[in-house]
Amino acid sequence: MAAAGEIFRSNLTELLEESHSGDNELHVLAVDDSLVDRKVIERLLKISSCKVTVVESARRALQFLGLDGDGENSDIGFDGVKVNLIMTDYSMPGMTGYELLKKIKQESSVFREIPVVIMSSENVLTRIDRCLEEGAEDFLLKPVKLSDVRRLKEFIMRGEVKDGEKNSLKRRRSSDDCSPSLSTTFSPMRHLCDPPSSLFSPLSPSTLSSKKSRL
Amino acid sequence: MDQLQRKLRDYEAAMFQQGFLDDQFSQLQKLQDDSSPDFVIEVMTMFFDDSEKLLNNISRALEQIPVNFKQIDAYVHQQKGSSASVGAARVKNICATFRSFCEAQNRDGCVSCLQQLQKEYSQLKKNLQYLFRLQQEFKAAAGSIPTGE
Repeated sequence: MAAAGEIFRSNLTELLEESHSGDNELHVLAVDDSLVDRKVIERLLKISSCKVTVVESARRALQFLGLDGDGENSDIGFDGVKVNLIMTDYSMPGMTGYELLKKIKQESSVFREIPVVIMSSENVLTRIDRCLEEGAEDFLLKPVKLSDVRRLKEFIMRGEVKDGEKNSLKRRRSSDDCSPSLSTTFSPMRHLCDPPSSLFSPLSPSTLSSKKSRL
Repeated sequence: MDQLQRKLRDYEAAMFQQGFLDDQFSQLQKLQDDSSPDFVIEVMTMFFDDSEKLLNNISRALEQIPVNFKQIDAYVHQQKGSSASVGAARVKNICATFRSFCEAQNRDGCVSCLQQLQKEYSQLKKNLQYLFRLQQEFKAAAGSIPTGE
């Protein structure tokens, strides 16, 4: 529990900094049990000008989001951390990335709207299908490349810009700087029958291979 | 200095040509810049520590009676993942074979793969440490590492 407290304490500072600046910066929560992969994804995201929080397990991710059911957000004293994207490894001990995805999509709140991307070193068609069906925004084959992150960021930013225009007015009126204002413009896109990968550049290797595996 | 630069480039090129490293290593190099000048060395150091731990675990697991192939497969899967993430191509490829042996519950095959893994890993580590030393020499002489192609 001390560890969770540490996470919250250090991020409270970040959150306060964030509410005064970097409104246009994407905040990505990355989840991976591999130390090496955590280091790489963190760097990939930072070099792409994203704010990054990296955690080592799905459990920690839920704690960070305030969804671990160990207590209400309000007890801790802030309205939840604004996360624009969650990138999670699929195979993790304890709770898998798939289970984390399900948990997040089961939330009846803004959390459900956070795009979740699954990363996996294994190109398994049934796995990919299952994740997309459960609401994953995309499925990336590891090792993740800079081009993957850039592509993702562009997609997320497009949604955020639309939302930002809606919410900047709200924010000026409201006294609450920290209210999560996650994009709701994703919903129309998600109802498309085609898998989300069709929304991205068709030339990216990860979507190509996932498409190939569907044939 | 030219000589050093050439030596560095040739050595690096050889590592790619001989399959020790693949494109993912180049990806890591792209992530290194002034704000993170030692990124590659930092990642590779983590990879070394991680790998040594995993190789030890696999070795011990193979000595158990009966052998827990599922556990070994899990270790090999981890090793494969981290190798892929840093571009350690030869190590990664052995892991693929290793996993088949785990699935087949073939202990001899596993033992043989472990030996190959240890050998390849050792060689890779030695080569990379030499490469890093060359880079440090160059940095000291020139002020920055060439991102040469």
